[in-house]
Amino acid sequence: MTMAMERLGAPSPRPRSGGAPVVVLCGCLVLLSAAGVLAGVGGVPDRGLLLTSRLPRVLAAILTGAGLAVAGLIMQSLARNRFVEPMMAGTGQAAGLGILLATIAAPGASIMLKGLAGALAAFAGTAAFLFLVRRLPPSEPFLVPLLGIVYGGVLAAVATAIAWNADLMQFLETWFSGEMSGILAGRYELLWANAALLAASVFIADRLTILSLGRDAAEGLGVSFAAMLAAGLGLVCVIAAVTVVTVGIIPFVGLVVPAMASRLIGDNVRTVMPVVALGGAVLVLASDTLGRFIRFPYEVPVGTVLGVVGAFVFLAIILTRRG
Amino acid sequence: MTVGLRGNLAFALQLRMEQLAALVTVSVAVALATVVFQTVTANRILTPSLIGLDSLYILIQTGFVFILGGVGVATFGPVAKFAAEALLLSALSLALFLPLMRARTDLTLLLLAGAVLGILFRSLASLLARLIDPNSFAIVQALRVADFNTVDAALVWPCLGLTAGAAVLIWRLRHVLDILALGPDAAVGLGVDWRRTSALLLVLVGLLTAVATALVGPLVLFGLIVTAIAGPLGGERHAWRLPIASAVAVLLLVAGQTVLARILGYTLPVGVVIEFGGGLVFIALLLRRRR
Amino acid sequence: MIEIEAVSCSIRGASILSDVSLSLGAGGVTALVGPNGAGKSTLLSMMARLRRPDRGTITVAGHDVAATRPRVLARHLAVMPQDAALPGRLTVAELVGFGRFPHHRGRPGPADRVAVEEAITAFGLVGFEGRFLETLSGGQRQLARAAMAFAQGTPVVLLDEPLNNLDIVHARQLMARLRLMADEAGRTVVVVLHDINHAGAWADRIVAMRGGRIVAAAPTDEVMDEAVLERVYGVPVRIASADGERIALHFR
Ligand SMILES: Nc1ncnc2c1ncn2[C@@H]1O[C@H](COP(=O)(O)OP(=O)(O)OP(=O)(O)O)[C@@H](O)[C@H]1O
Ligand SMILES: [Mg+2]
Repeated sequence: MTMAMERLGAPSPRPRSGGAPVVVLCGCLVLLSAAGVLAGVGGVPDRGLLLTSRLPRVLAAILTGAGLAVAGLIMQSLARNRFVEPMMAGTGQAAGLGILLATIAAPGASIMLKGLAGALAAFAGTAAFLFLVRRLPPSEPFLVPLLGIVYGGVLAAVATAIAWNADLMQFLETWFSGEMSGILAGRYELLWANAALLAASVFIADRLTILSLGRDAAEGLGVSFAAMLAAGLGLVCVIAAVTVVTVGIIPFVGLVVPAMASRLIGDNVRTVMPVVALGGAVLVLASDTLGRFIRFPYEVPVGTVLGVVGAFVFLAIILTRRG
Repeated sequence: MTVGLRGNLAFALQLRMEQLAALVTVSVAVALATVVFQTVTANRILTPSLIGLDSLYILIQTGFVFILGGVGVATFGPVAKFAAEALLLSALSLALFLPLMRARTDLTLLLLAGAVLGILFRSLASLLARLIDPNSFAIVQALRVADFNTVDAALVWPCLGLTAGAAVLIWRLRHVLDILALGPDAAVGLGVDWRRTSALLLVLVGLLTAVATALVGPLVLFGLIVTAIAGPLGGERHAWRLPIASAVAVLLLVAGQTVLARILGYTLPVGVVIEFGGGLVFIALLLRRRR
Repeated sequence: MIEIEAVSCSIRGASILSDVSLSLGAGGVTALVGPNGAGKSTLLSMMARLRRPDRGTITVAGHDVAATRPRVLARHLAVMPQDAALPGRLTVAELVGFGRFPHHRGRPGPADRVAVEEAITAFGLVGFEGRFLETLSGGQRQLARAAMAFAQGTPVVLLDEPLNNLDIVHARQLMARLRLMADEAGRTVVVVLHDINHAGAWADRIVAMRGGRIVAAAPTDEVMDEAVLERVYGVPVRIASADGERIALHFR
C-alpha cells in the first residue's frame, strides 16, 4: 500500500505528556503532607499523636481525594459528559440514604456493613440517574449536571425526612457534609479500599476511553457496553459509599480535577488517570489543611471549603468554555 | 386524603394570626417573583431561586453578622436590618444577573451556572458562619432548610406591607408583562423600554425573594412547583397568571402545612417536602423539554 | 462473506426493515444507497451487531453476528458508525490506536504501532498524529475515524456515510483508499453513500434501498440506470455517459 493521501493543512505541536504535572503534583503532595503531619493543635506531634491522629488524617485526605477524582473521571466516561461527578449526581446522596437505612435497620452494624449498604443504594441510585441521562438530548451537555444536582437534592430530601422521623439528623449531617476532624487511627481504614479500586480502574482505563467514543464505536471494537457500564458503575459506587461513610460528601472534586487534567493532558483515560488521582489528592489535602488553619484552633469542614473553592473553579470552567 | 376542606379551614384558623400572615405573604411573594422572573427571561423553567437569589440573601445575612458582629447587627433592630439586606439583594441581583441575562447565554448554561452559584453562596455563608462562631452548628443548619416554625414575628407585618406594595406595582404592569413575555426583541418592537422595565422588575423580584427568605429561609424549588401547576391554569395573560399563581401558592403551603401537622406530626420543615416535590417537578420539566 | 437472511425489524409498530435478504461475496466495494430514512444505517448496524433484528440471521465471515462474542467479531469486522460525538481531547494517534484494541486488549505491541502508522499515512494524516480531535476540521475528523476503522485490520469494513464533511478532493481520495483496501488487501468493504456518482465511480456493486426494502442489488453498471434509479429515489434521474463512465444527472 503505497498511495498516501495528500497532507491536510499545517500540523501543530503535540499535546503535553503527563510527566511534568505528575512531578509538580507529587512535590505539592509531599509538602502538604509534611505540613499536615507536623503542624496542628498540640504543636509538633510525638509518636502517639502522629500515629493516631495526624498521619491517618493526611492519608484519609489523600485516599479520599484520589478516589473521588478518579470516580469523577470514570463517571464522565460512562455518562459521556464532562460535567458530572458522583457527589453531584445522586451517587453520594443515595449512598447516604442506604447507610441511613442500614443504621435504622441494624443500629449496631459495623462500618463495613453500612458501607456495603451504601454501595448497593448508590448503585441503584446512579443506575437510575444514568437511565434519566440517556433520555436527555446529547446536544445539551449542561442539562446533565443540572439534572444531577436536582436529583441529588430529591434523594437528600428523602433521607432528611427519614432521618428527621428517626431522630438521626446528627448522623445524617456527618454523612452529608464532608468533615475529617473525626478521623483517627481505627476509624478511616475502610478508605484503603479506594487504593485498591484505583488500581482496578487502571485495568479498565482503555476501555473507558473507548466507551467515550460512543456505544456503537465501543461495540464495534468488541467492548461490551453493558459490561463496562456495570464495572465502571461498581467502581464509582464503592468509592462513593466508602467516602460517604467515613468522611461524608465532598462536592466538586470529581468535577474540577478531571476537567483541569483534560485541559492539561487530554481525554485518554490511561494517560490522565495518574494526574487526576494526584490532583484529587492534592486538592482535598490542601482544602483540609486550609480548613484546619483558617480559624485555628477551630476547624472548618473540608466539605465547606471545597463547596466554595470547587464551585468557584467550576463556574470559571463552564463560563469560559470556548464556544 | 381524608383531610377535607373543612379540616383545612379549621386548621388554618387554628394557626396564630402571625403565622397565617407569614404563610400568605411568603406564598404570594414567591408566586409573584417567579411569574415575573419567568416572564422577563421568557422561559418557564428558570426561577429566581434557581439562579441562586435566595442563597445570595442568606449570604448577605451572614455577611452582615460577619462584618458588624452579632452585637453590631442587634443595634440595628430587625426591621432596619431586613430593609438593608433586601435593598442590598436587589442591588446585587441587578449587578449580577442583569448582565448574565443580557448576554443571552443559552438557557441551560444559565440554569447550571445558577445552581452552582447557589451552592457557592450557601457554602460561603456556612464558611462565614463557621468563622463567626466555630461552634454554632445551629446557624449553619438553620440556613439550609426553610421552616415555618421559626418565623421572626417582628418581620411579618413589614413584609406583608412590602409584598402588597410590590403586588400593586406588578398588577399595574400586567399588560406590559404580557408583551415582555414575547421576548426582548418583540417587546422593543412594540415600544416597551425593555432595559428599564426589566431592571425595575428585577428589583421587585429581589425584594420579594428577600421577603420570602427572611421570613422562612430558602424555598428553592417552591416557585417552580407553583408555576408548573399554575401555568396551564392561567394561560398567557398576566391578568390571570398573577392571581392564579398566588392562589395556588397559598393553597399549596396551607395544604402542605396541614399534611405536615396532621400526618407527619408537625416537626418536619416544609423546605424538605418542597425540595422533594419540586425536584420531581423539575426533573419532569427537564425531560419533557427535549420535545 | 456477508449473508443476510430474511431480516426484519420494526420500532414501535413502524416497520423499518421488512424481509431483507442479501448475499455479498468476499472482496470488492459495495455501495449502499437510498434516500434518507431508507434503512441503510439500520441494516449496516445490524451487520455490525450494533442492533439486533427482530427476525432473521446475519453471518459475517462465517460468524453468526448474534451468537459470536463481540471481541471475537471485532477481529473480523470493523465499523465506522454514522454518529460521531467524540471526546475533543484525544489525539489522532490515540484515536487510531484504539482501532487496534481488539488485537492487543490494552497492551499495544510493535505490530500495532506499525498498523497505526500505516493507517495514518494511508489517510493523509501524517503530521496530525499529535493533534487533538477538537482542533481538526469536520472533514479531518472524518478521515481520522476512517483511519481508525482501517487500522482495525479486519477482512470486513463497514462505513456509514464516510464522505460527510469531505471536500471533493478528500472524498475522492477516501474512495480511492477504500478501493485500494479491497484491491490490494482483499478486504470486503461496505459503504453507505449519498452521492450516487461516487458509488458509480468506485463501487463494484450497488445495493439500493427504499422504505426498508432492497430495490436493487447488482453490479454497478446495472444499477446506474435511469429506470432503476427512479425506482430507488422516486424522482426522475438522467444518466449521461462521459469517457465511458455513467453519470447520474440528478441536480435538476
Ligand atoms: N430509534 C429509532 N426510533 C424510531 N425510528 C427509528 C429509530 N432508528 C431509526 N428509525 C427509523 O428507521 C428508518 C430507517 O432509519 P436509518 O437510520 O436506517 O435510515 P438511513 O437510510 O440510514 O437514512 P440516512 O440517509 O438519513 O442516514 C427511518 O425512517 C428512521 O426514522
Ligand atoms: Mg443513515
